[in-house]
Amino acid sequence: MLAMFFWAFVVGGLICVIGQLLFDVAKLSPGHTLSLLVVAGAVLDGLGLYEPLMDFAGAGATIPITSFGNSLVHGAMAEAERHGIIGVITGMFEVTSAGVSSAIIFAFIGALLFRSKG
Amino acid sequence: MTTQTLEQEQYKKLHEKNETKRPVLKNCLVAFLVGGTICAIGQAVTYFYIYFFNFTEQTASNPTVATMIFFSMLLTGFGVYDRIGQFAGAGSAVPVTGFGNAVISAAIEHRTEGYVLGVGGNMFKLAGSVILFGVFSAFVVALIKTVIIQWLGGGF
Repeated sequence: MLAMFFWAFVVGGLICVIGQLLFDVAKLSPGHTLSLLVVAGAVLDGLGLYEPLMDFAGAGATIPITSFGNSLVHGAMAEAERHGIIGVITGMFEVTSAGVSSAIIFAFIGALLFRSKG
Repeated sequence: MTTQTLEQEQYKKLHEKNETKRPVLKNCLVAFLVGGTICAIGQAVTYFYIYFFNFTEQTASNPTVATMIFFSMLLTGFGVYDRIGQFAGAGSAVPVTGFGNAVISAAIEHRTEGYVLGVGGNMFKLAGSVILFGVFSAFVVALIKTVIIQWLGGGF
């Protein structure tokens, strides 16, 4: 269990370093960087490489934004197995629901509770 | 770049000369430490869901992501997340909490313009590109994979 914390820390940290290098060295904007990482996550899952990383690093692979691309592909593939090519569209948000819905719900609650400073 | 005038070229050289060099190594180290810490907290939340709510290691990532975004809401609302972001760079932007922060801060910021046009209309102003390119790339990847698996019957 302690090893899992260690690998979550290291792998999650390294993905953030990749993001930082895209900021500083490639001079991409945060929007471009995050979009690129999400696309990378989707492609890695398409190649079957992201799931082994999740088994190995746990939250180190599920917390960075790359896992968003991964779970979009995952939901689409799970539904595609059941309903064929249509499933790619109907299943897209099956796994990602937690991230997107909670972001919307908590953002609205946040807007009700908090006022912007300045 | 051939259409640049002489003045533009001179300005570009001046800009390159005087641009503050980014401390890449230090930034990477801070991003590593902050990003790693956020993921370690995520791992703790994952274990919490595995031990107390009977999730498996595969399914626990969903409630974990939702919980992390909830934390992100509190930290964003109290102005803590932006302060972390100022020194952590990608360390706080790349984890899903950064995605949450982008949505939530946009929602809070535009509240003065009303709930429909302000909050509703601007919520995904920053995070929209992540959703767009995530969904579209996932669509392409899943389409290719489905065609290979189901119609060509092989590979992967």
